[in-house]
Amino acid sequence: MSLEAAVAVHRFGLGARPGEIGSVGPKPRAWLMGQLDSGADQPQPLDGGPAFLPGGTLVSQLLAYRRERQMERKEANPPDPVKMFFKVLGQQFLREMAARMALGFTTQKPFAEQLVWFWSNHFTVSATNPAAITLVAAFEREAIRPNIAGTFEDMLLASTRHPAMQLYLDNAQNIGPDSLAGLIAHKGLNENLGRELMELHTLGVDGGYTQADVIALAKILTGWSLDKDGGTTGFHYYPARHEPGDIVLRGKTYSGGEEAGIQALKDLAHDPATARHIAGKFAVHFIADDPPAESVARLEASFNRTGGNLRALAETAVNDPAAWKPGPGKMRSPMEYTTAALRIVGWPQGGDRDKQVKSVMAATKMMGEFPMLAPSPKGWPDVSEAWSGPDALLNRIEWAKELGNRIPPNVDAVAVADEGMGPLLGADTRAAMKSAATPGDAVALLLSSPEFQRR
Amino acid sequence: MMLDRRSILKTALAAGAASVWDAPIRFAFANVPGDRRFVVVILRGALDGLAAVPPHGDPDYQSVRGKLALDTTGTNALHDLDGQFGLHPSLLNMKGMWDAKELIVFHNIASPYRDRSHFDGQAMLESGGESHALGDGWLNRALKPMGLADGDGALAIAASPPLMLEGSAKVSSWLPAVMPEPDLAFLKRVSALYAKDPVLRASLAQAIDTEAKADAAMDDKPKTAQQMAQRVGAYGDLTPLFAGAGRLLARDDGPRVAVLDASGWDTHVNEGAGDGQLARRLRTLDAGLDAMKSALGPAWKKTAVVMATEFGRTVAPNGGGGTDHGTAGAAFLFGGAVAGGKVEAEWVGLKPSVLKDGRDQPPRTDLRAVFKGVLADHMGMARRDLDNTVFPDSGGVAAMGPLFAA
Repeated sequence: MSLEAAVAVHRFGLGARPGEIGSVGPKPRAWLMGQLDSGADQPQPLDGGPAFLPGGTLVSQLLAYRRERQMERKEANPPDPVKMFFKVLGQQFLREMAARMALGFTTQKPFAEQLVWFWSNHFTVSATNPAAITLVAAFEREAIRPNIAGTFEDMLLASTRHPAMQLYLDNAQNIGPDSLAGLIAHKGLNENLGRELMELHTLGVDGGYTQADVIALAKILTGWSLDKDGGTTGFHYYPARHEPGDIVLRGKTYSGGEEAGIQALKDLAHDPATARHIAGKFAVHFIADDPPAESVARLEASFNRTGGNLRALAETAVNDPAAWKPGPGKMRSPMEYTTAALRIVGWPQGGDRDKQVKSVMAATKMMGEFPMLAPSPKGWPDVSEAWSGPDALLNRIEWAKELGNRIPPNVDAVAVADEGMGPLLGADTRAAMKSAATPGDAVALLLSSPEFQRR
Repeated sequence: MMLDRRSILKTALAAGAASVWDAPIRFAFANVPGDRRFVVVILRGALDGLAAVPPHGDPDYQSVRGKLALDTTGTNALHDLDGQFGLHPSLLNMKGMWDAKELIVFHNIASPYRDRSHFDGQAMLESGGESHALGDGWLNRALKPMGLADGDGALAIAASPPLMLEGSAKVSSWLPAVMPEPDLAFLKRVSALYAKDPVLRASLAQAIDTEAKADAAMDDKPKTAQQMAQRVGAYGDLTPLFAGAGRLLARDDGPRVAVLDASGWDTHVNEGAGDGQLARRLRTLDAGLDAMKSALGPAWKKTAVVMATEFGRTVAPNGGGGTDHGTAGAAFLFGGAVAGGKVEAEWVGLKPSVLKDGRDQPPRTDLRAVFKGVLADHMGMARRDLDNTVFPDSGGVAAMGPLFAA
């Protein structure tokens, strides 16, 4: 097993499944890029139940519920619809997140999945916003997964126009004050999406825009909202809510209508500041917390040269020599950590898969992370120090011990480590595992070791 | 006999035995402003200020609040403070603090946030921004000037620090463990594996140290992880968290700043008045605060706690027996160090004409004025730092005072 194969699996992938490092072959870079040929997988329900619903259907359900609730409110003694509704929603959200977790444990295309996680976090929508709970999973399925090897422009448009983003960043209520709807209902702008689009999704906080630009972009995006009938996508443009007249954003005049918003997003997607912002984040994720300037520059140049081609961006990272430096790498995030653990022990091995995955999800949450539940639009942090805090680390070790307790006594733990870590397994860890009292303890030591905590 | 980690630690500490787990005192106090403690309790979800602090002397109170109005007599009567304002009947221990002149109540108070999104409201409350939320927390920015930026001085009672404590200054975090713990021997072996990884080594050592300090708070530890998860947390029982925080803060070598979360205030439906949903949640909070006070022991006299929420709720009940997102509300400052026994409120009444947008309590006092007052007078921070670094562009918001005895 080559060192490069092991680095490919652990740094760019999600950690090794049994036999995975051996299957990489002599060309680890080609193994990684080959995973993008057929795009990302879609999570499938773990419980064998009905398929996950498209965004448009979910929007029509949400809006139907809201209408029902308004009716109920008018009655004298309403039940507690909020609690009941969110109980159902919470279950649906968990069901989708369990499928997503399990996909990470088993996927044969772990690099594609890493990219999904990266972009999903870049375009954060979070179930912390109760209205968005219904839609965050659909967001990833519909706006992120199909676009990881496409263009940034397409992903930005798909993300911004997804009902989950419209809800999460309040654009569904963003109404032009001088539009017909604004004048009648005395409603006005909501700057949330306009601001975050530039600060987080495209230009970056120092990317060259002012408060006036935030307002301008908010105006440009007025009328973009949820489709009141659900429709196929759940998104709809309402001309009566759109702020009339010319709007100047960063020196360029946009002359109204839905097309103005699309053009503004395209311009932002191709802005050099966006290239710089994305290159920096990509390097931090795949290379190091503090990546070399020349690595960032190469990614930035690739983004500018290809007009934001995301496959080319991924390839540039994969071809960067700095990304192949072995040795103490980034701390795995809790999602990456529990996923790598379940991969190395070869999950599933019988039992109630749904229950097992939900238990891992609870543990991941305790370590500080949960899929599609970031505390803010900034998403989950992507640097080691966010995850190495004392309480979080102790939680990891305690969980590793718990997982170890499930390892059958006839397992050759050192063989599991050799197969799953290859040359990355340190001599100290191997020796400690050999002297452990049980295979379970040995696996717990492996999962606690620095080379496993990091990628 | 299989001893768990905490039993072993307890024995070692009691015997005064020096072991690798009996970590050396690592807290240096050269720059710490005396031995004062500052705690922020974030009430996430928007507390109904008119329920927690009913303005029962206002002529319009009973009529605008309708069935949410609290009784002034009977079994569920509110606690009168000054004839004008009261405390919710559930806040018995807080009433005790009022009587001891250790509590100041604020009303018609709000952060600079003027919209009605929980997330944005909390981000503004925690980041201390003037017009929009910032990427790091105001309390984190205050740590360096306070000399508490070494990671041991500030503690989040959470798995990872909330935005208020997030930023470039190092902070620590602690939660009661929710899993059966691995044995000491195992942790020793893991620690040996970290010999060449200074970050993980230091982090594990600190975790064990913090756990040891919290040991005493663990006496009533639930038996299983599930029991614990059901019982404890921002939405559940607050007492283990608040007592744990109090015990850590009480120690001479403990943190000086802490942030706690309590959720469950988003009472859109069936809020209840003297009894009901909100009354139960306030009782839980009141018990938690009392547990923290007890755990602090003599250090209570050196403690100031600010308790605030992201925004208030509508003055009038909605159709579902609850209240919707509003603007201004109530906030609290208490602790043994506080010169309390007063209500600070620019009260303008409850008539629709004085309400913001005809529905919300009008914001007449900026919450940052309270935070600044505590940081200045209690934690000894310079005005320059407060106006520019901690709360950028807040020169126009003067620190409130006097909040403490001179």
